[in-house]
Amino acid sequence: MKDLTHTRPVPRAINWNRLQDDKDLEIWNRLTVNFWLPEKVPLSNDIPSWSQLTEEEQRLTIRVFTGLTLLDTIQNTVGAPALMPDAITPHEEAVLTNIAFMEAVHARSYSSIFSTLCSTAEVDEAFRWSEENAHLQQKSRLILDEYDAAANPLRKKVASVFLESFLFYSGFYLPMHWSSRARLTNTADLIRLIIRDEAVHGYYIGYKFQRGLERLSEAERGEIKEFAFALIFDLYEIESRYTESLYDPLGLTEDVKNFLHYNANKALQNLGFESLFPDELCRVNPAIMAALSPNADENHDFFSGSGSSYVIGKAVATEDEDWNF
Amino acid sequence: MGGLIYFSSRSGNTARFVARLGRAAARIPIAPDRPMPAPRAPFVLITPTYADGAGHGAVHKQVIRFLNDPENRHHLRGVIAGGNRNFGALFASAGDVIARKCAVPVLYRFELAGTETDIARVSEGLDRFWNMQCSTAT
Repeated sequence: MKDLTHTRPVPRAINWNRLQDDKDLEIWNRLTVNFWLPEKVPLSNDIPSWSQLTEEEQRLTIRVFTGLTLLDTIQNTVGAPALMPDAITPHEEAVLTNIAFMEAVHARSYSSIFSTLCSTAEVDEAFRWSEENAHLQQKSRLILDEYDAAANPLRKKVASVFLESFLFYSGFYLPMHWSSRARLTNTADLIRLIIRDEAVHGYYIGYKFQRGLERLSEAERGEIKEFAFALIFDLYEIESRYTESLYDPLGLTEDVKNFLHYNANKALQNLGFESLFPDELCRVNPAIMAALSPNADENHDFFSGSGSSYVIGKAVATEDEDWNF
Repeated sequence: MGGLIYFSSRSGNTARFVARLGRAAARIPIAPDRPMPAPRAPFVLITPTYADGAGHGAVHKQVIRFLNDPENRHHLRGVIAGGNRNFGALFASAGDVIARKCAVPVLYRFELAGTETDIARVSEGLDRFWNMQCSTAT
């Protein structure tokens, strides 16, 4: 033992029985219970439905999914790891490793959809498209700039919540749209699992953001808030153009934009901020809302494969050992 | 006019929703060792949802503790539940669980900290609800 100038201290072993923040364990439990893999969803039931889409609709769907794959890849390899050095508690770091891994599962899921439904050539073309699409590259760049090690920890969290709770939704719209028309319903089931995970990620990172924010002075808090609103505005501009380029041919752009406004407001709420878009710009098509959160009594037709076979929370558990009546 | 009792974790979504309603409301504490509100008149409960993918754990343990007191339950008239539509069919399911357990109606569901429309509807709805309760009581 001659060298005493180690730069990295040995971390302390994590003790989950000594929590500094109960939210860490709550979210750890939520994420681990919700764990899933794409192999659980019978995607091949969607083969007949896929063949009923026009070539243009198929190409749009593959492109949208490569766009989503890119965001999941960024969050898996850069976003969640970038938040780790800023973690206040060791348990927060552990939760972030879970988030990072689930983002890898999400990115991997799109490839499962591709290998089930599409030809290799079509998929290769779409990945090339995603590398060249200016809007997709632009929004990725804005987020990555904030993830850079030099950036402020709270700005990183803002960028991360906007990716998790806002940027995905121009893409998520399409499988919800198909599902509302009884198309690609198994694919939609898989996307709903991703949507559920992203809600927990956005909530948790937003929660940690709020804890960090309350340690700052009034002036610093104001600066961060100004930054957040400026960033979502810039991202929204890009998302608008991305949405137009994808959905104009189907005449769905306005519908998608309402969905973007609605989700931008939810992203801001995750950060503890007020909404940006007024309610009248957030009137999401009821068919999309129903596809997002179908009533618990919705019929699931297992045999025809047109409904959910991987049912999320089929029976709502009402029993909990804590109730004493 | 009846009262309001709510729970909100440190994420603060439900607390922000209740603050915007601008009505007197008692908060169920986050820490288990803090004193619980002890309502002695009719009230509506506002609570977020914490369910996992199978629907377990929808109602926060502190809310369960509060409802385990029969005197508190006795005055409960309805429940308003927060949640997130991203959880699909389990959206705001804490409301359904409490409604079933306590035989009271789910009055409203909202997402996260609610929208302006939610605030307007709940304000109006609560006024109407308590008026109705008064007229049926007399």
